Amino acid sequence: MDPMELLKLLGIAIVIIGFAMKLDSILIIMVAAVVTAVVGGMDVGSFLETLGTSFVSNRSMCIFIMTFVITGTLERNGLRQAAAALIGKLKNATSGIIISAYGVVRVIFAAFNVNFGGVAGFIRPVIMPMAQAAVERDGNKIDEDHVEELKGMSSGIDNVAWFFGQVLFVGGSGGLLVQGTLAGLGYDVSLVDLAAVQIPVAVLAMLIAVVYYNIIDRKLMARRARKAKGGKRA
Amino acid sequence: MTEFIQFFQSADVTLSDKLLEVVYILIGLISVYAGVRNAVDKTNEKRVGTAVFWCVLGLLFIVGRWIPSTWAGVLVLVMVVPAILQRVGKGQGGEPTQQEMNDNFNAIGMKLFVPALSLGVMALIFALFTQISSLVGLTFGVVVGGILLMIFSRKNTPRVFLDDTRRMLDTVGPLSMLPILLAALGSIFTAAGVGEVISSLVSGIIPEGNMVVGIIVYAIGMAVFTMVMGNAYGAITVLTVGIGAPFVLALGADPAVIGSVALTCGFCGTLMTPMAANFNILPVAILDMKDNYGVIKKQIPIALIMLAAQIVYMIVMCAL
Repeated sequence: MDPMELLKLLGIAIVIIGFAMKLDSILIIMVAAVVTAVVGGMDVGSFLETLGTSFVSNRSMCIFIMTFVITGTLERNGLRQAAAALIGKLKNATSGIIISAYGVVRVIFAAFNVNFGGVAGFIRPVIMPMAQAAVERDGNKIDEDHVEELKGMSSGIDNVAWFFGQVLFVGGSGGLLVQGTLAGLGYDVSLVDLAAVQIPVAVLAMLIAVVYYNIIDRKLMARRARKAKGGKRA
Repeated sequence: MTEFIQFFQSADVTLSDKLLEVVYILIGLISVYAGVRNAVDKTNEKRVGTAVFWCVLGLLFIVGRWIPSTWAGVLVLVMVVPAILQRVGKGQGGEPTQQEMNDNFNAIGMKLFVPALSLGVMALIFALFTQISSLVGLTFGVVVGGILLMIFSRKNTPRVFLDDTRRMLDTVGPLSMLPILLAALGSIFTAAGVGEVISSLVSGIIPEGNMVVGIIVYAIGMAVFTMVMGNAYGAITVLTVGIGAPFVLALGADPAVIGSVALTCGFCGTLMTPMAANFNILPVAILDMKDNYGVIKKQIPIALIMLAAQIVYMIVMCAL
């Protein structure tokens, strides 16, 4: 291959290095675009035309602005409190079940583009106290390592549920990006098909997360029981 | 202007496209509103840059279709300047207090979930039962949800919705443009012939015409690139042009399956990398954890199993 051709990869190198170095994302994208256009031999006119055409034809990716018309007011009206009340119905559940229930509710709502939670808004104020209380139901205080494990699992299920759930939403940013990218390459796909493909993926992801975290939870409770016995003997 | 009127009167343009254009104009107006409110907001230290950013974005939405593409390209450049210079900020105040949210929830109760779910339900109904774009359905769901919220509480006046919309836009800021800008970058890559260069490089690794190997390289590439970049959206732009299209899609694989699952293969990478600090490192700080990698460690087994499962899924759906 002509070594000059390899220069065309400069833009990709800029994207990879730029994101990895945590530089300003928009700056990285614009620099990579300009550099690629220059080494690819595009003139100013065709660069601007490609940029403009792509932006205008991908306006659908900004549909989130429309959703904001009610999401902010939903928050104001107590959506997070409603979700907390829903999960709070779980009395006498183990911490593993509480974390799993949060994940299941989160993935279902993510599929409808409803983001009621997150670590700061929900796990810290609602899930962690519930999970901790579930462990301490036997009357003993929970140890630090146990709390750390619960924190890791709560955040983990939050990410798994949110990632695999948001792609189920018809009109989510991920699906729109895939649709736009494929359209640029000459493949037309519908948003519903992109979302439908993800249903088995999301179900499997949640299943794996729930099973894995409940296994850990059981081990933690078993360790706790052994410790409590050992403590009494001493 | 005549072109504008012709578009909406034309019998050749589908009702879906006309309605979608109306949705874009509405989005543009919302964005301009956010820009203007910021322009006159003394609590926003960066009000000029903020106003330029949101107003130009709004303009792109409203007139983008009717102006020459070159001009639209210029507008995109103008829009990103304040963002790159870190001159886009947000106004202070306006967040609902804990007390307010608790009181509102006690007054409204669980039926709050109905407006919350309305946009997703409407998007789905439009997609499945009409010829009209699901995004128009989503917008319809927003209207339905808004009306329900106004019925539930008299405090939900149009002004409250507008203020909250602006607050949300302020909160997400210019980074919300990442997907659309990455898509634009992808089209520059394609126009400059980057895809061909990668293809000819990778063709040494992937045997010609072997879709299974193509799928495996594409999927693992998505996860690895995402781990390095910390961003699956960036990875899919690069890898679909370079690997996905020439080595998988060109062989006749279903683009919906490949494109969609490639993205979630990237998400598996997101679950395993400290580069995705928002998701993996920030929670450590918020929850006062001792181990910086305490969240990632709990995600790696799930991510690896899911990556393998998704590769099998793509192969079964496309290559067998």
